Amino acid sequence: MNPDFVSPADASVFGIPVVIFTVLIPVLGMAAFTFIMAKRMAPLVRSASDPRLDRIPDRLFGMVKYAIGQWRHPRYLLAGVLHIIIFAGFMILSLRSLTLVLLGISSDFVLPGLGGIGGDIYGVLKDIAGTLVLVAVIVAMIRRGIFKPERYTVPRQYGKDHTWEAILVLALISTLMLCDMVFEGTGDAGGLHAGGFVFPLTGHWIASRIFAGASMATLQNIHLASYFIHDVVFFCFLCFLPLGKHFHVITSLPNVFFRKLRSGSVKPVKWGVDADALDDLESFGVKKFEDFTWKHILDFYTCADCGRCSDQCPANAAGRPLSPRFISVKSRDYAFKHYPIKGDICPSDAPLVGNIFTEDEIWSCTTCGACEAECPLFIEYIDKIVDLRRGMVDDGMVPQSLQKPLRALEKRGNPWGKMERKRIDWIKDKEFAAGCEVKVLDRKKTAETLYFVDSITSFDDRMQAIAQASARVLSAAGIDFGILGKLEKDSGNEVRRFGEEMLFLELRDQNTEAILKSGVQRIVTADPHAFNALTKDYEDLPPVEHISQVILKAARSGQLNFKPVTDPGKVYTYHDPCYLGRHNGLYDDPRAVLDAIPALNRIDMEKSRDRSFCCGGGGLMLFYEPEEDQRMGVLRVQMAESAGANVIVTACPFCLVNIEDAIKVSGLEGKMEAIDLVELVDQHIIAE
Amino acid sequence: MEILVCVTRVPDTAENEIEVNSDGTDIGRDDLVYSVNEWDNYAVEEAIQIRDRVGGSVTVVTVGDDESEEILRREMAMGADSGILLADGAFDGSDGLGIARILKAEVDKGNYDLILTGAQSEGGTAEVGGMLAALLDLPFASLVNQIEIVDEKKIKVGREIEGGNIEVSEIDLPCVLSVQTGINEPRYVGIRGIRKVASLDIPTHGAADLGVDPATVGADGARVKRMDYFIPDLGEGAEMLEGDTEEIISKLIELLKAKGGLK
Amino acid sequence: MTDQIFAYITHKNGVADDSALELSVAAGKINADAAVTAIVAGAGDSLSAVCDEMAKAYPTVWKLDNDALAYPNAEVIRNVLASILPDNAMVLVPHDTFGMDLSPGLSVKMNAAFISDVVDVEGLSDNTLTIVRQEYGGQVSTHVAADISSGAVINVRPGVFQPDDIAAVSGEVVDKSDDIEITDAKRRFLETVEAEVGDVDITKSDVLVSVGRGIEDEDNLEIAFDLAKAMGADVSCSRPIVDAKWMEKSRQVGTSGQTVKPKVYLAAGISGSFQHLGGLKGNPFIIAINKNTKAPIFQVADVGIEADILDFLPELTEAIEEL
Repeated sequence: MNPDFVSPADASVFGIPVVIFTVLIPVLGMAAFTFIMAKRMAPLVRSASDPRLDRIPDRLFGMVKYAIGQWRHPRYLLAGVLHIIIFAGFMILSLRSLTLVLLGISSDFVLPGLGGIGGDIYGVLKDIAGTLVLVAVIVAMIRRGIFKPERYTVPRQYGKDHTWEAILVLALISTLMLCDMVFEGTGDAGGLHAGGFVFPLTGHWIASRIFAGASMATLQNIHLASYFIHDVVFFCFLCFLPLGKHFHVITSLPNVFFRKLRSGSVKPVKWGVDADALDDLESFGVKKFEDFTWKHILDFYTCADCGRCSDQCPANAAGRPLSPRFISVKSRDYAFKHYPIKGDICPSDAPLVGNIFTEDEIWSCTTCGACEAECPLFIEYIDKIVDLRRGMVDDGMVPQSLQKPLRALEKRGNPWGKMERKRIDWIKDKEFAAGCEVKVLDRKKTAETLYFVDSITSFDDRMQAIAQASARVLSAAGIDFGILGKLEKDSGNEVRRFGEEMLFLELRDQNTEAILKSGVQRIVTADPHAFNALTKDYEDLPPVEHISQVILKAARSGQLNFKPVTDPGKVYTYHDPCYLGRHNGLYDDPRAVLDAIPALNRIDMEKSRDRSFCCGGGGLMLFYEPEEDQRMGVLRVQMAESAGANVIVTACPFCLVNIEDAIKVSGLEGKMEAIDLVELVDQHIIAE
Repeated sequence: MEILVCVTRVPDTAENEIEVNSDGTDIGRDDLVYSVNEWDNYAVEEAIQIRDRVGGSVTVVTVGDDESEEILRREMAMGADSGILLADGAFDGSDGLGIARILKAEVDKGNYDLILTGAQSEGGTAEVGGMLAALLDLPFASLVNQIEIVDEKKIKVGREIEGGNIEVSEIDLPCVLSVQTGINEPRYVGIRGIRKVASLDIPTHGAADLGVDPATVGADGARVKRMDYFIPDLGEGAEMLEGDTEEIISKLIELLKAKGGLK
Repeated sequence: MTDQIFAYITHKNGVADDSALELSVAAGKINADAAVTAIVAGAGDSLSAVCDEMAKAYPTVWKLDNDALAYPNAEVIRNVLASILPDNAMVLVPHDTFGMDLSPGLSVKMNAAFISDVVDVEGLSDNTLTIVRQEYGGQVSTHVAADISSGAVINVRPGVFQPDDIAAVSGEVVDKSDDIEITDAKRRFLETVEAEVGDVDITKSDVLVSVGRGIEDEDNLEIAFDLAKAMGADVSCSRPIVDAKWMEKSRQVGTSGQTVKPKVYLAAGISGSFQHLGGLKGNPFIIAINKNTKAPIFQVADVGIEADILDFLPELTEAIEEL
């Protein structure tokens, strides 16, 4: 070892021992970081409660899979791979950074376990990692700075562009990597750890070669300088993280750990408050910022502004004034403004809607869940939208187009205000009744299975065909079933999701009572919205199945047999309804039913399964009049057309309404058709 | 500003056909649900908005029976400060003038600057507001779709007249206005809002409380009486084009050509 | 006293409204023997023209000329009529936005019965006048009996009593201007704000494709525009379409919208409230297309088609384009 070349811990500058600085910088850095973090926690402390400590093993597993394993990242391949490299590099290099900081205090500091051979292996690993991170960061900078993917642009109404922030952070990361390489290279050249193996072509290796011929004084200065730059940049970087979108570096692990575990469900109005006690609540839903739960504020902190949610959001695609990404970004900006690092906190009671959100923005969401299915960090949107709507409903801020169906639901249990007794009109249709008898489960009649029809299928002229097909299919499958008739009320799936909790609870109570009184053993429905509500929002009901599940079982057991498709020109594609697929994971059963029909030519659209594109929304969304450039349904029909399909099969009455309308509007009548899965099955059943 | 809004409870007939009962004395009410008259709801919203701008209070009043309390509560949940129910057996069968007389008696008990009614209700007579104003000898405007408070003495109102035009006038207070739909966007009232006002007291005033002579109201005082209900004869209606769509279209095109409907 | 019937004439710019003659028809249905007096209130030269025009249909015309009557302020006219009409008189008024403003209060001031929005007259016996009205937006009708012993103010629905065969008379114009009292009004007319003029003037269109609630969605309006283009027509609409802000007010047909006089009127998905039909003048050929065969539009249409306009209109468009 060259006695003139020393490590930072042993060096001095102008006679002052460097160790003073190497101790002071981390102490100051950690103090500043702690202060900033404490400030950032302030709104969480003042926010609503949100219990997230159930099912710990599931939470841990998810954290490992999604946060550490970056499971969802490659859904966007280039960005995902770059992120995985940078993230993996970070994980490896965090140990190195810690070591480096401590090396400044003690020149022979070694992390436990990283002495000897372990240290050698780690040294190689971190050199490779550092080099890959540097390359990935440069690629990422080129991508963000020069190619500027569409996804990252910030429309004017949503605020300022964040590219500078991304570039700055990428620059900081590269600086850290470069400093380490130079530090190592000059160390090698100075003879600090001579003879150690250096993996060829890594930054460390290149730096060693570059500095090999330099004078000892130069080496010593560069060695020290690179150390200090690393030290300062490291702590600046740490303190910079909680100031913007890179907060996710810190919050993503806890955020994924605390993620929502029941997709399709909606959070209660207030955790810990029973339905009976809701009347006593002073206020409902989210009106001011602190009405959000702490987890929802953590979501805002965690948003990495990657834009994947909005890229998948059908409302955004249709030109509605909603972009989920900016729900998070605007809320984070709001939090930073009212809970600043410098100065006193200044919470505001001003309502968020009308301030940072518009009414139309919050009503534009169909609750399809595409954003949540895409977010790599499991940021929740539906619960927040629902909470904001609850606040708006409580303050009477409901568009006229929605007030009418809500009042009708209150008075008549269906959004059209049709008379209760007309709920069974579809079973009285002469042609239908001649071939199929449907029991109405009143006091006299009972059945093993309840067919829960729900409002649109009961009342809408076109959708009644689904009810009739369902009844015929259930009969053919040999199932003893009946309907509730006028005792059935709307399932209320959208009533709850549009923020009218009290009305939902009334509908739920009435339905629950009628279902339990009917004495059925199970419930079948052909409406995914009803399916979701009955499984996620109702309690103590008999098991609920979607009719596609029932059909599949009957087909597999040989109870139902299908004749082949006769028209060879028909190309079928299956459109996943949001409330069947994304919210309830039923992707395969409906497809298996289709595939059970002989000679049925089925293709998938590019956007299918958990990336299915919402048809425009069901339930109350049918009544809402959004501002939009284009109907979602039209976009969806175009997707089917470009996939080469000419029949869109869906398994939801609302999808069928929207898609059939969209076919008419886009002038594809005669070229494209839409049909419900049950109708298709009904057409192909071989009668016994 | 002290504002009184007169409201009424009507069958909610949206989307359902009205039927006439077997002896033609009434419409079939078995399956009907009731709600506040749509025009009145706009009037209450307008009153609340005026109060929120210039201060004062909003009182809603209805002539009805116990069941009418429901609509008073709904309007109170919207934001009206208090409700008054005018109910008495002697009021049954009142014509428009009878209702106006009962309301006048209640107005006389208070000190209102502005009295609003809906422009019309299910009967479509559009009469109570104008009659009430005349009984009170106050100025009146109907079909109001704009209200601007000028000062404590006068307001500016816009009336919806033919051609979509708006007739703007200045009216001295106190006055009576009948409100047209579309003047505002009434706020939503949910079940929770109604439950919040469920325990508020709603006083009931009868003929004696109001000092109304029973002979001038109710069926006895009515000069205009509904004799029956019937479904109008559809006999003289349109010639319906029958057949499949293709046939209908070709018939229609011939007719259009003949009548100059195609250019 | 029932032989003393008065008709309040609505007029503008020296021209009487269509309702002026309809009141004469209605009066004749109440009492064929009655001598009906037309009341023409206003100010200035144009008033004489209206009076002369009315003298051809009414045996007596009262001319009330006063600057205070230049604009028909309902309050002023109500006071004038109350002061000038004899006791127990019967006065007919069109049930338009002015009549709705004027009449209920007038009946109180005259201590007379008020009968609103009359669509038919059954008959008069002694002091009981029986008429037909509609309720629930025209879904049901009722017979209404009114005691007119101390007079009556009767609002007559415009457009119902068609003056097909009115015998021409040469009536007398009596200037009663000096008999009236003008009181200070507590309601003062300021101005009329004209509805915004749209890109198309439907009042000048010969052929209109008019859409109502049956269009269901704003995006569907396209099918109406496509049909109108194929027919060489313009597109108009009913009130719900304007309320939903799908079309501008200038395209709305009805008493609160435009009055149109086309040759052909194709009502697509319009139920046909009387307020809507009130904007339809000149006896056009009406084609009604509606899912609901009970829609009132079918009562006034010449030709009806039971169909969902969302299906029917595109097919019709295609057929016309192929001609």
